[in-house]
Amino acid sequence: MIRLDAVTVTLPGRAEPVLRNIDLHVPEGELCLVVGRTGTGKTTLLRCVSAHMPHITGGVLAGHVSVGGRDTRDHPPRELADLVGVVGQDAVATFVTDRVEDELAYAMESLGVAPDTMRRRVEETLDLLGLADVRDRALLSLSAGQQQRVAIGAVLTAHPRVLVLDEPTSALDPPAAEEVLAVLTRLVHDLGLTVLMAEHRLERVVQYADRVAHLDEDGRITAGDPATVLEHASVAPPVVSLARIAGWSPPPLSVRDARRIAGPLRERLATSPAVTRTPSAFGDVLAHVRRASVVRDDVTALRDVELTVRRGEVVALMGRNGAGKSTLLETLAGLLTPTRGSVTVAGATPHKLTSRNLVRTVGLVPQEPGDLLYAATVAAECATADTETGLDAGATAAALDRLLPGLLTTRADVHPRDLSEGQRLALALAVVLAGRPPLVLLDEPTRGLDYPAKARLAQWLDELAADGHGIVLATHDVELAAECAHRTVVLADGEVVADGPSREIVTASPAFAPQVAKILAPGPWLTVADVEAALEAAS
Amino acid sequence: MKVREVHPAAWWLWSLGLALLASRTTNMLLVALILAMTTFVALSCRRPSPWSSAYLVFVKIGIAAVVLRVTLTALAGAPIGTHVLVTLPQAHLPHVFAGTRIGGPITAEELALSAEEGVRLLAMLACVGVANVVTTPSRLVKSMPAALYEAGLAVTVAVSIAPQTVAQLRRVRAARRLRGRPTRGLAGVRGLGVPVLEGALASSLALAAAMDSRGYGRRVPVRRGRRVIASTAALGGIVVVGAGTYGITGGGPRWFGWPLLSAGAVLLVTGLLLGGARSPRTRYRADRWDVRASALAALGVLAVIATTASDGDPLLTPGDPLAVPNLPWLPAAAVLVAALAAFLDPAPRRAKPTADPPVGSAPLRAAA
Repeated sequence: MIRLDAVTVTLPGRAEPVLRNIDLHVPEGELCLVVGRTGTGKTTLLRCVSAHMPHITGGVLAGHVSVGGRDTRDHPPRELADLVGVVGQDAVATFVTDRVEDELAYAMESLGVAPDTMRRRVEETLDLLGLADVRDRALLSLSAGQQQRVAIGAVLTAHPRVLVLDEPTSALDPPAAEEVLAVLTRLVHDLGLTVLMAEHRLERVVQYADRVAHLDEDGRITAGDPATVLEHASVAPPVVSLARIAGWSPPPLSVRDARRIAGPLRERLATSPAVTRTPSAFGDVLAHVRRASVVRDDVTALRDVELTVRRGEVVALMGRNGAGKSTLLETLAGLLTPTRGSVTVAGATPHKLTSRNLVRTVGLVPQEPGDLLYAATVAAECATADTETGLDAGATAAALDRLLPGLLTTRADVHPRDLSEGQRLALALAVVLAGRPPLVLLDEPTRGLDYPAKARLAQWLDELAADGHGIVLATHDVELAAECAHRTVVLADGEVVADGPSREIVTASPAFAPQVAKILAPGPWLTVADVEAALEAAS
Repeated sequence: MKVREVHPAAWWLWSLGLALLASRTTNMLLVALILAMTTFVALSCRRPSPWSSAYLVFVKIGIAAVVLRVTLTALAGAPIGTHVLVTLPQAHLPHVFAGTRIGGPITAEELALSAEEGVRLLAMLACVGVANVVTTPSRLVKSMPAALYEAGLAVTVAVSIAPQTVAQLRRVRAARRLRGRPTRGLAGVRGLGVPVLEGALASSLALAAAMDSRGYGRRVPVRRGRRVIASTAALGGIVVVGAGTYGITGGGPRWFGWPLLSAGAVLLVTGLLLGGARSPRTRYRADRWDVRASALAALGVLAVIATTASDGDPLLTPGDPLAVPNLPWLPAAAVLVAALAAFLDPAPRRAKPTADPPVGSAPLRAAA
């Protein structure tokens, strides 16, 4: 169904090709997952299939790409609209109309589908995606999970035979992500749809894949059976990493498969002493939110929230999309003024500080990391950050090199906009973390980051905490929360509904439990690193 | 069973007819009547859409215009009439500004006159505001001829980008604060434009790519000859319409105005129809022109007739001398009758808008 023959892609302004001599064949009715490190060209590969490359994005494409027998060379995206459905990372950016029903019908209208057929397909799609209750609603009033489902529905109504999805769940909370993935698997199974999907959070999707295509850093591809490819891939979900330690080959891909062979491992671990990573005591209170309420656009986004962050503590904020996590971070960062209650950070009221003093007290990486960047090149961005924050020359560059080694040497003259999602995030993280503000706030700090980069970030946060910094991260990434948070606070509807040690909170609900905890339950281990340490202690 | 919504074009005819009436009158009683009527209609017909608060926004802009106008007149207007309310200290301006005045006596007449002018604008805005809350611009675009559809869609998308740009502005300002840059004063404004424009451009490009992937701009092959005829007819039509308008507005000999205008209109419509054949578009749940639409449009036309019939004295009230104006019965009746619109296309009765369904809503779970 999808066939790439000897495809080589070179992006403008880059000497080395992003994709090198790619051969890939995805037969009809398969779900093929594209994996690889940050910035290895996953998005570019998807764009070749959707014909955005080279018709919309610039670049030189050699070789042949054909979808359903149509060569993308002679077919611009609009000529593939009846065959290929494209869903991007940011659903809102792709909405053409303003109501759910109109959005679902838009592609069919362009294709000239008969009105009766359109009506029938819209009704079917509303049911298929569970959107019937919101059919009249304005798109912007929906939750992120609903918006992502509308975006998928909007391409499904045209009855494409191929779906191309770029990180369809990266902005979603775990239950909403499961919902979207359940729909996708059903489409593959029932309608024989062919799906090509790129995703970084492999733990969410890998068990649904029929085939995995792994892109390595030279732009070459290895495709095949998921377990075989992932066994030696540069990225691996926790379950595969655990398999590498435990010596399971081929590695299991789902929690269920892993549990069935984890008996011996659990026995070995039972004899080892329980590891605790939590320091026995933290420093004094660094940030304090007292009964704060925030009203935003006439909606109460936070209601009587109480939160303290001590020096040396890493706090994870979790909760579904729209629960108020970002609002709480922005309040702590002095961008929002609480309607009621008060906020103090290091003895000062953040929203009253001048921006010069604020940056020395709080550092926030916002959900859209690109907002934080202004300079025309990566190197210039690092230099600007050094002078602005009063750091030694090269501090930000060093920070970036720590998160994504080699990025600065290969892509120093690139505009931050042309970086991949994960690279841009790493740059924003470097800009903030290099300044070492006492309170570090990170809003969804793993979008587009691969597992090694996430591990480096987690380790850095650990070090900062040990140096007496306070860290708050809002995330949907349960693995990250399990890896580095001492305490987890769950928000729902603008209120704190749970606040306690990560270990307890995270294992209490299946939606928030990391893979290792599910596999080794009822044992106390949360991450692969925990298990590794325990095995070492035992031997 | 849901009642179909009335054709958006009918609503626009209704509101433009009333806006025309409002634009011709300075009679405060009549204007007050129009405002009361539009508020009633807007409240009873508004649909849940991103535009549902547009009426309020339009009215707020109108009120701001009235306030600004009256204040400026009080401070720097020419005194008319004899009823002096207050006398402000007057600034002595150099000779160059002869004829301009700042401060000095404020008369009731000048305030009344400027308020009348301002309130007229308010009433016009209110009429247009109603059309915006009842039908969204995108619904109007849907009923456009196929040849104009794509251009129309581009315009609506551009309009809906405005709120996104405001959001983008807010985000860029926040990010500047986080980087320790000034956010207040001139220094805060400088350097704001480029990131905001860049963001707007980036989102436009993303949207363009998404629209392309969903078939925007697909063409069915049409014989070349027909294409040439279509473009010639459309272009020629525009030229002839232009010449005709020139004739009517009194630029040239009177006799060629109307005939040219009609001939141009025919050419233009032919061009659009022929050109539309290139686009394979169909319409999802297209709005139908029904009896209610005709009735609604008739109410608008009635307002226009009432305006032309009673043009002149009853509609205009002189600010000097001060007097309570008489209510002209014909336009007033037209305005009252126009309120029937509220019963022609009432908003669907619905329970309080429900919150988001809980994650993993029942139908999906059941289906899975």
